[in-house]
Amino acid sequence: MTKVTMTVNGRQVSGDVEERTLLVHFIRDRLGLTGTHVGCDTSQCGACVVHMDGKSIKSCSTLAVQAAGSSITTIEGLAQGGELHPVQAAFKANHGLQCGFCTPGMVMTAVDMINRYGGSLDEKTVRENLEGNICRCTGYHNIVKAILAAASDMSAGRQAAE
Amino acid sequence: MGVEGIGARVERKEDKRFLTGKGRYTDDMVVPGMKYAAFVRSPHAHAKIKSVDGSTAEGMPGVIGVLNGQQMLDDGIGNLICGWMIHSKDGSPMKMGAWRPLAHETVRYVGDAVAVVVADSIDEARDAAEAVVVDYEELPAVTEAATALTGGQPQIHPEAGGNLIYDWAIGTDVAETDAAIAAAAHVTEMTIVNNRLSPNPMEPRAALGIYDGAEDHYTCYTTSQNPHVARLVMSAFYNVAPENKLRVIAPDVGGGFGSKIFIYPEEIVCLWASKRTGVPVKWTSDRTEAFLTDAHGRDHLSTVKMAFDSDNRITALKVDTIANFGAYMSLFSSSVPTYLYATLLSGQYDIPAIHANVRAVYTNTAPVDAYRGAGRPEATYLLERTIETAARELGVSPAELRRKNFIRSFPHQTPVIMNYDAGDYEASLEAAMKEADWAGFDARKAEAEGRGKKRGIGMSCYIEACGIAPSAAVGSLGAGVGLWESAEVRVNAVGTIEVLTGSHSHGQGHETTFAQLVADRFGVPIDSVSIVHGDTDKVQMGMGTYGSRSGAVGMSAIVKALDKVEVKAKKIAAHLMEADESDIVIENGEAKVAGTDKTVPWFQVALAAYTAHNLPAGMEPGLKEGAFYDPSNFTFPAGCYICEVEIDPETGKTEIVQFVAADDFGNIINPMIVEGQVHGGIAQGIGQALLEAVHYDPQTGQLLTASYMDYAMPRADDLPSFKVSHQNTPCPGNPLGIKGCGEAGAIGSPPALMNAITDAIGNNDLTMPATPQKVWAAVHAAQ
Repeated sequence: MTKVTMTVNGRQVSGDVEERTLLVHFIRDRLGLTGTHVGCDTSQCGACVVHMDGKSIKSCSTLAVQAAGSSITTIEGLAQGGELHPVQAAFKANHGLQCGFCTPGMVMTAVDMINRYGGSLDEKTVRENLEGNICRCTGYHNIVKAILAAASDMSAGRQAAE
Repeated sequence: MGVEGIGARVERKEDKRFLTGKGRYTDDMVVPGMKYAAFVRSPHAHAKIKSVDGSTAEGMPGVIGVLNGQQMLDDGIGNLICGWMIHSKDGSPMKMGAWRPLAHETVRYVGDAVAVVVADSIDEARDAAEAVVVDYEELPAVTEAATALTGGQPQIHPEAGGNLIYDWAIGTDVAETDAAIAAAAHVTEMTIVNNRLSPNPMEPRAALGIYDGAEDHYTCYTTSQNPHVARLVMSAFYNVAPENKLRVIAPDVGGGFGSKIFIYPEEIVCLWASKRTGVPVKWTSDRTEAFLTDAHGRDHLSTVKMAFDSDNRITALKVDTIANFGAYMSLFSSSVPTYLYATLLSGQYDIPAIHANVRAVYTNTAPVDAYRGAGRPEATYLLERTIETAARELGVSPAELRRKNFIRSFPHQTPVIMNYDAGDYEASLEAAMKEADWAGFDARKAEAEGRGKKRGIGMSCYIEACGIAPSAAVGSLGAGVGLWESAEVRVNAVGTIEVLTGSHSHGQGHETTFAQLVADRFGVPIDSVSIVHGDTDKVQMGMGTYGSRSGAVGMSAIVKALDKVEVKAKKIAAHLMEADESDIVIENGEAKVAGTDKTVPWFQVALAAYTAHNLPAGMEPGLKEGAFYDPSNFTFPAGCYICEVEIDPETGKTEIVQFVAADDFGNIINPMIVEGQVHGGIAQGIGQALLEAVHYDPQTGQLLTASYMDYAMPRADDLPSFKVSHQNTPCPGNPLGIKGCGEAGAIGSPPALMNAITDAIGNNDLTMPATPQKVWAAVHAAQ
């Protein structure tokens, strides 16, 4: 057992974990944050994506001990003050989700993608950057639409603020 | 329609919880004292079990129990069953072999469950499962259905000689069909392979069994599309518990696509193990287990003859199909290649003679059952590849050949049972061709040639049967259950409304669309309407969601219950306003006396029902009504899909440059949700045609595609955006005029894509999935 301490959604948390404990299981089973999902065993589906120090990672292929000292944001930590994050709002407005299981990973990936590309995102880039997230319900059509809409909204918001 | 009523693009009520991580799926459930199950599974495709030794595992850290199939048998837990009886041509009933939840004598596919370990943590359970020693005597295995039927092959179940489950036929007399084919001016013959698929909902299956010894009561949380059917079957056939002692809850379910209709060994084992060990037991499938044990779909091998007269009219169709059922008969497996497949072989065409023969076969592979479309994609693929091929052979345009043979008057009785009630196939064909700019294709092809690319275009005109199904009709065809739906509408004292439904949402958005229906009826906001589903303690009975039945059947039941509520509400409103009941109109959240300015708000009508201070003489208090709706016919969604591809002859890679869908779904409640269903269906159909295939090693029966590293799921960069439109003719068979939209995309798209690819490369000899390797070989074979 090893003691790990990290910040999750702005709160410091710690716990004793087996060395083999995956970050996703620490988040789900220890912290009870069940929004982060496990959809495969091979780091392919992306249902487990969270942010570590602001960048998207797959929490199914990260050990909890590797996350020690880092700042983790899960889907539960994205909306602020009861307001949906613009990416969450865009998924809702564009019907970018059906069963909801891949959605947390999709949203966390999308936020990172928009952070990296900003308003310069186009459909091809979005599709390439979604390669690591699998959705079986939507055919990606409305996910792509939602991400492009959010990128455009967030970029407009930034420009308005400047 | 109003901003929230029927036809409005209302954003989904359920989305906020999914988007903020507050969805509650089975694996999210935690109850006090809960422990974890891991299954010991067969590594062999076919073997005798000589012994199961759990003694080492029992002593390992955290282990609470190691349980095996013999114990389960001793406790009287029954066999898993197939609930649809099919009789062979000779009148004999289908030959169903025994399927034990935990095998105790023979394992018949890789992944067959043999024992279960319950432990404090999932890791401890898995560690101990690896220490359970099973002594197997390996037997030869067979994975391909056509091979399994030939002599000298392994015998998989003693009940089914030669591995044949049934040999069934439907339609026109075979001699009459043969005579029509013999007299034809042209006959197109093909061999059609429909590849085996794994449904792959993103949420893996899971079950949490909780036994309460004090009450002798069981609760099962599970990933089910139909929790009431699960309770019925587990109670009536598996002897887990009587229905009143068994509560089944299907909370948020992360997709199903058919694979979560069926009752699998794991949920039965979790319930039984909970009683045996005295602790709640949770099992969650990992993805490899899902590939190994979730019921697969498709896997047909067919030959077809399509006969034409000299005027290019289809005069006869003869089909022979071998369907691979895997190692056991799953819950609805027998109905898929029979009444959900062969009954749709007329397609959109007026065909005077159709004869279909279907043989169902055991093999040493995972069980095969319904997967999105269930039989109808197989029928459509066979027909639409064949008619396209016929058009090429006859030298006529594929659109013209289809047009010439379209059914144009309704109702239309086909030779294969179905009676089509309404449709306009020309309308969807024309809309799709216009949207796809079919006329401009030759110019685009020439332009692509200049870039060294081979461009092709293909269409498919599909029909399917939804709204499953009239109970008496399916009963006469062998179904073990009725396929009605139930609903209860509870108006609370303040006018808010709860709708209890036997339908189950696992992505379809019922919490929104069903609320729209109620909002439309009474003019109340959808936020004041809540949908309750997925819990056998809350909803009395229901048949669940599959076969696009939630709209056509589930919502029709709600309509019937709403009708009853409206009648009573009008009586109360008339009494309150001293008016005649026939003059009362309920709209915009109030009851009005037509032609006057007298109104009573909706909530006051509800309140009056519950205070019961001033009700019409003899009226019972309360405002709550229930209804069962049994459909009078199937519904028949139809449409035309057009796909355009570009192929790189150097690599064999196919790029889908355009995909057009024109569908007739009847009336639509929420177009946004319907379009989403079409998008998802098309992606699964493209997956089948381009990417996906379950492969078993034919010698060893090992599953070669057991992870996302080996099974090619469609990803965002494999797909284009889709152009989707609707040309709707209302369904005359149900009160809302709904046909259903859940499966169309997966049905219509594979043949459109394969017709496009074979058009591009000039070689029709190509099977799904059209991988770059296969396409490259076909390109070079054609040169």
